[in-house]
Amino acid sequence: MSVSEDLDLRFREAAAAAGLIDAAFDLADTPIGTLLVAATDRGLCQISFDADRGLDELSRTFGPRVLRVPRKIDPARRELDEYFEGRRTAFELPLDVSHVAEFNRVVLDRLALVPYGQVTTYGTLAAEVGHPRAARAVGGVMNRNPIPIVLPCHRVIGASGSLTGYGGGLHRKRALLELEGAMLFSS
Amino acid sequence: MAAAVPPFERFYEAHSTEVFRFLGRRVGRDRAEDAFQETFLRALRAYPRLEHGEHLRAWVLTIASRIVLDDVRRRRPEGELPELATEDERPAFEELAPLTDELPPKERAAVVLRYGYDLDYQRIGAVLGSSAEAARQAASSGVRRLRRKELS
Repeated sequence: MSVSEDLDLRFREAAAAAGLIDAAFDLADTPIGTLLVAATDRGLCQISFDADRGLDELSRTFGPRVLRVPRKIDPARRELDEYFEGRRTAFELPLDVSHVAEFNRVVLDRLALVPYGQVTTYGTLAAEVGHPRAARAVGGVMNRNPIPIVLPCHRVIGASGSLTGYGGGLHRKRALLELEGAMLFSS
Repeated sequence: MAAAVPPFERFYEAHSTEVFRFLGRRVGRDRAEDAFQETFLRALRAYPRLEHGEHLRAWVLTIASRIVLDDVRRRRPEGELPELATEDERPAFEELAPLTDELPPKERAAVVLRYGYDLDYQRIGAVLGSSAEAARQAASSGVRRLRRKELS
């Protein structure tokens, strides 16, 4: 006797409906791998390339009541699917960045304005938020970006044109930029 | 250092099958589904108050046991003999439930599983993640504590 898929899903839905969870998540299959996608009641709050570590991080950031509730992730899944099919160039769903530190949030807000298919540099982004010498700090913010892809840190590259680094691995950064048709000077 | 409270998803995945089977044996297949939902919803409500991730298996089985008791209580017509282990024709658990509230979690689980549900120490040990002997000690220390409380 084991828990049927139907019962399992009903429990997950009931838990969410009762407002008992800190964050809901699901796994989403994409051309760059399986992502852990998570949302609070405020909006999309995390995308992780490594599901196990992502689950721990989600629990640490938002509280231990994190549960897979597929329906809660449907809006994000839809926009991500459209993005990966090349039919969406901007994300519209609400984001929850309430746990992000002030400076990081300012940088991420500016990052969100970098258009689809274009790239900028860490130094440019630093200057745009009023800290022209903080390129390295901006790199750190990119590294801790809780919602990659949607907050497009893959569009930020080194001043020399090199891809520099990416939380999900450089091959993913390259894949995202190729998907968007961004011109790269070197790779 | 005590283990951290794991993400609820991992806790649920680790124990859902066992809890469901336990409930199936106690309340029957028909009512096991509702009891299952209720068990994990209660666990979810209490989860933020957990201070560490130890003995979660015993903890959730204790919650499931209380749901079983509620179910039995609701369904048992007045005067009918209860199905649970009894000494004086009252369900042992019915007396234990309010009394054991203040016991340390491990002792409480041991007392409830031993005297409320008549599990042997081998199985209680398995539930608590300890030896049968440690389970016996937890139960007897729980009982001593209850006696002291009764006398005071």
